[in-house]
Amino acid sequence: MADEEDELPETELSYDQKKEIAKWFLLNAPAGEINYVAKDLKAVLSDEEVYNEAAMEAFPVYNKSHMICLEMPNRAGDVIVSSYSEITENEYLDPRTAQVAIVDHVQQICTKVRPADDEELASSYIEEFRCALDAEIQRYVSESYPKGVSAVNCVKGKDVDGPGTDFEFVVIITARKLSPQNFCNGSWRSVWNIDFQDESQVLDIKGKLQVGAHYFEEGNVELDAKKEFQDSTIFQSADDCAIAIANIIRHHETEYLAALEVAYSKLPDNTFKDLRRKLPVTRTLFPWQNTLQFSLTREVEKELGLGNVESLEKKPFANNLVHLVPKAITHTSADKYLDFRKVQKSSDAGNRTRVSWVKARYPNRWTTSELLNDQTQHSKTTNLYLGGIP
Amino acid sequence: MEAALGLLRRMPPKQSETALSALLSLLPQHSSDLLSQVDLPLQVLRDAESRKDFILCEYNRDADSYRSPWSNKYHPPLEDALYPSSELRKLEVEANDIFAIYRDQYYEGGISSVYMWEDDNEGFVACFLIKKDGSKSGHGRRGCLEEGAWDAIHVIQVGPEEEEMAHYCLTSTIMLSLTTDDEPSGKFGLSGSIRRQMKMELAVAEGHLCNMGRMIEELEGKLRNSLDQVYFGKTREMVCTLRPPAEIVQMRLPDS
Repeated sequence: MADEEDELPETELSYDQKKEIAKWFLLNAPAGEINYVAKDLKAVLSDEEVYNEAAMEAFPVYNKSHMICLEMPNRAGDVIVSSYSEITENEYLDPRTAQVAIVDHVQQICTKVRPADDEELASSYIEEFRCALDAEIQRYVSESYPKGVSAVNCVKGKDVDGPGTDFEFVVIITARKLSPQNFCNGSWRSVWNIDFQDESQVLDIKGKLQVGAHYFEEGNVELDAKKEFQDSTIFQSADDCAIAIANIIRHHETEYLAALEVAYSKLPDNTFKDLRRKLPVTRTLFPWQNTLQFSLTREVEKELGLGNVESLEKKPFANNLVHLVPKAITHTSADKYLDFRKVQKSSDAGNRTRVSWVKARYPNRWTTSELLNDQTQHSKTTNLYLGGIP
Repeated sequence: MEAALGLLRRMPPKQSETALSALLSLLPQHSSDLLSQVDLPLQVLRDAESRKDFILCEYNRDADSYRSPWSNKYHPPLEDALYPSSELRKLEVEANDIFAIYRDQYYEGGISSVYMWEDDNEGFVACFLIKKDGSKSGHGRRGCLEEGAWDAIHVIQVGPEEEEMAHYCLTSTIMLSLTTDDEPSGKFGLSGSIRRQMKMELAVAEGHLCNMGRMIEELEGKLRNSLDQVYFGKTREMVCTLRPPAEIVQMRLPDS
């Protein structure tokens, strides 16, 4: 290895290349981990200038896409940093308190607040709908998310001052749980677009849910789940709209959570099995102790020219032997491995050795026989097995 | 170097290849360290002569060629290439045959390869590899997975025989990624990697292969279980912390 490296021409990365790599690492940080990534990245880069520029560019993007929530000074409440509340790169509107938060992206803090200007706020007609919805959503979030925050922003038609024109809200719900000391972080992000269509008197509702979790104690495992939703309701009074929308959101999010639970519960016996089974198709541990015999027999077969499958498959005794597999050692008890060893040492190993050999040679046929005999042979084989132990 | 490994621990497991190549270009002076400490998803090549696929890794590589365990030939052909001794090659052939059966019984498909080579202290090293595509379009028997990849790397160092005993040191790495995309759960992806070590002092009466096989089977099973129960379980717990299931909420708020 060392020689090869010496031969390679020293290709120093350009400033921009380094910066792009640095940004890639920052942007791929899991929820709540960007500062840890930043610290390691600084050490790897050992170039303050590149790091600072990368951080300046990456943090705002990261903060907005993760929709981080920052506390405003003077107990003015929290503001969600998102593209829906963005006024300038460093200014984010909190529609609930009609304030604008000045944000330091890299520090991830809100440094100052100022009252929002009139042109930054929605008209009183819009505000009526927005406030009503905000109140309903807040109620729902406080009931369903132990640490959830929400915001309702008007993203289209905020100056509409009466019926007759379309407008659009975005409801954001986020929840984060960071416990780096337990090597576990997670985030839930919901973005619901509510399109108030005046002409058709319909509210078009589109939702995007994204759930992530990262567990990295002596490993690195990530959950990445997302789903989109679509629904609609009728255009009513501000209060009735708010209740209808909140109910739709509550319904979809509750269903989604239940669906995630189902997906998790299917893992051990279905999904994960397609990657690797818990136990072999034979439901007993692999017969390593017979592998020597297996290969010896194979050599004998080769010499005698008996390497064809049929010669054995047609022999009835081989099939009978297949039935003699000790079923009792297949249970999922904690000490199955020990059981296995015990069986190995038992004096009555003759048949089993042969059986395992057949099994090793014809794994597929084995499966079929086993499935066929799964029900009928169970009691019989258990007895046989118990009888075999002195 | 420590910071580099720290970064790799935090990047999404699915992005590990990109992350590693980024680090290699930032830290060329640490490239051999990084390559030896970080495992990447396995690659596969076709051995046309024996009409079988084999897995590529550092242990069957010489220059830019990889040795097939089936034909013992390098692809592409290489002059003056390194080969295991004929005695070790015999064990390697046997290990490949048996491990293929093991793989078929546990994985119902997939590809496996075993490589062996002499090491400096009179023992040898063996590397058992399994790659399985468990997706609908791959070897997924149940058709549950939109995408599903499993890579297992077992490297086992076998010390010289002393009084009919030998020391075995096994390091196993599992890398996996699975995605389902059904109604009503939508896109549900879990991915990750873990690595563990196991050391044992065993009698060689039953042969090295038997001992190595049992250790691999045990550790692989443990890794699978801890991924399933501990690692995936932790992410599930996290989801329930973020938004507890309705029953819990109702219990807390009986009047709502």
